[in-house]
Amino acid sequence: MALQSLDIVRRSATTTPSPQQRQTTEVAKLIDVTKCIGCKACQSACMEWNDLREEVGINEGSYTNPHDLTANSWTLMRFAETEENGTLEWLIRKDGCMHCADPGCLKACPSPGAIIQYANGIVDFHEENCIGCGYCIAGCPFDIPRLSEKDSKVYKCTLCSDRVAVGLEPACIKACPTQALVFGSKEDMIEHANERIADLKERGFENAGLYDPPGVGGTHVMYVLHHADKPELYNDLPKDPVISPTVGLWKGIFKPLATAAIFFTALAGFFHYVTVGPNETEEEDEEKKP
Amino acid sequence: MTTRHSPRSIDRYSPSERLNHWITAITFLMLAFSGLALFHPSMFWFTQVFGGPTWTRILHPYIGVVMFVSFSLLAFKFWRHNFLTRNDIVWLRRIGDVVRNREEGLPEVDRYNAGQKLLFWTMIGTISLLLLTGIVIWRPWFAHYFPIDIVRLALLLHAVCAFVIICGIIVHIYAAIWIKGTLGAMVRGTVTRAWARKHHPGWYKQVTEGEKH
Ligand code: HEM
Ligand code: SF4
Ligand code: SF4
Repeated sequence: MALQSLDIVRRSATTTPSPQQRQTTEVAKLIDVTKCIGCKACQSACMEWNDLREEVGINEGSYTNPHDLTANSWTLMRFAETEENGTLEWLIRKDGCMHCADPGCLKACPSPGAIIQYANGIVDFHEENCIGCGYCIAGCPFDIPRLSEKDSKVYKCTLCSDRVAVGLEPACIKACPTQALVFGSKEDMIEHANERIADLKERGFENAGLYDPPGVGGTHVMYVLHHADKPELYNDLPKDPVISPTVGLWKGIFKPLATAAIFFTALAGFFHYVTVGPNETEEEDEEKKP
Repeated sequence: MTTRHSPRSIDRYSPSERLNHWITAITFLMLAFSGLALFHPSMFWFTQVFGGPTWTRILHPYIGVVMFVSFSLLAFKFWRHNFLTRNDIVWLRRIGDVVRNREEGLPEVDRYNAGQKLLFWTMIGTISLLLLTGIVIWRPWFAHYFPIDIVRLALLLHAVCAFVIICGIIVHIYAAIWIKGTLGAMVRGTVTRAWARKHHPGWYKQVTEGEKH
């Protein structure tokens, strides 16, 4: 959902600069995995605020429900059981869009303005411009966008851009009973995370750390992890996420070069015609017998 | 061949071959324009020709399937005339002369010249790959059956193949404008005897073999 009250600094499939003059504070959501009790209040609040309802599914032996993100479930609590530090650990991660500073979804999208990035860092899908090609799904390093079966448009977490635009915190933040979710300026969130990490280290989690992956320019949704050295433990959170080099090549240098080459191939034809000229068959050839 | 040709003209393509060619050509152009619309923002406005951006996305792959079937029939008809010969290699080495309309002493060309043959095999390769990769990236029907890395690779390959064959077809179209008398072969089905002797002497000999002079 695009909001004029937030400044758009980047737009999909747009080759000229977007408005950049106004400077807004970058925001971030901090998810402190170590404080999460897996109550799913955030998951419910998200559906409540965004007028979405998930289908009633089946249990597959895990608390993760539904089993994956969908066009209706923009955030999902993923539960993993691991043995770290010689004991069973139940790792719960709130999955959803990371609001990358360098969003692969936006890079891949061919439709102008279907994906936008606000000055505050939120990456939003503007569904009325979405054509349903699914390129964003290939572009995203976190496997986030979901194509709706109802309307063939993609949906994902908006970081409640509509709420943030009017000075409210995202719905999930408001619902969290343990303050595992906090929201504020990115700077403040990093500071808060550092306090939490120092505390965790004191309590024996020496690998505790902040997940703000530099490969995508940092994110506007960050995690405090007890095992920041092994993010894969948390249901395959990627260790060093980057936009896939295949997508980088496809959407990077190849497109403008190929576009220019097509244009110049046609132009070369025209120039050949006006210099060398057509190859005509002279009709007196007709008289000459072979 | 034993078809009887008129004193001035020679039959080159039958009505069904012409129909087949133009169905392929029209669907190809639709694919090129609808694909390029999504390929680079500078050409996004092509989507207006197809009823808007979403319709462009929806229609493109279906047109692709039609084009593939039509092209396959065409390829099945013509493949045997497209094997490269020793003469073709010499012809290719002298491509500079060909481009400058200096045809004296070029090796004898059969039904197709080396350029046409190479384009034929390029089409076989790229159009097959375009179909395969096109299915892998086709949403909402098929893409979700494939691992994401395969989809990414297919997207890149689809774009690369499209680029190669679009350039190839620009050359193909230009050649038909450049070499006067060629277009008639695909429009009315015939070429003049002079044209055939000049551009495809080997073929001319074959088709006129047994004609009484
Ligand atoms: C042979 C069957 C073909 C199939 C099934 C197919 C399918 C697709 C699909 C599914 C897409 C993604 C957009 C969409 O959903 O519409 C696409 C994009 C595209 N197609 Fe095709 N296509 C085919 C043939 C072709 C041909 C012959 C060309 C070139 C003349 C072409 C050029 C393109 C281009 C340039 C794109 C955009 C790629 C990009 O954004 O990088 N396609 N095609
Ligand atoms: S599915 Fe929609 S948002 Fe995603 S890349 Fe295509 S047009 Fe853009
Ligand atoms: S996590 Fe995926 S969908 Fe979200 S901003 Fe990053 S690339 Fe886009």
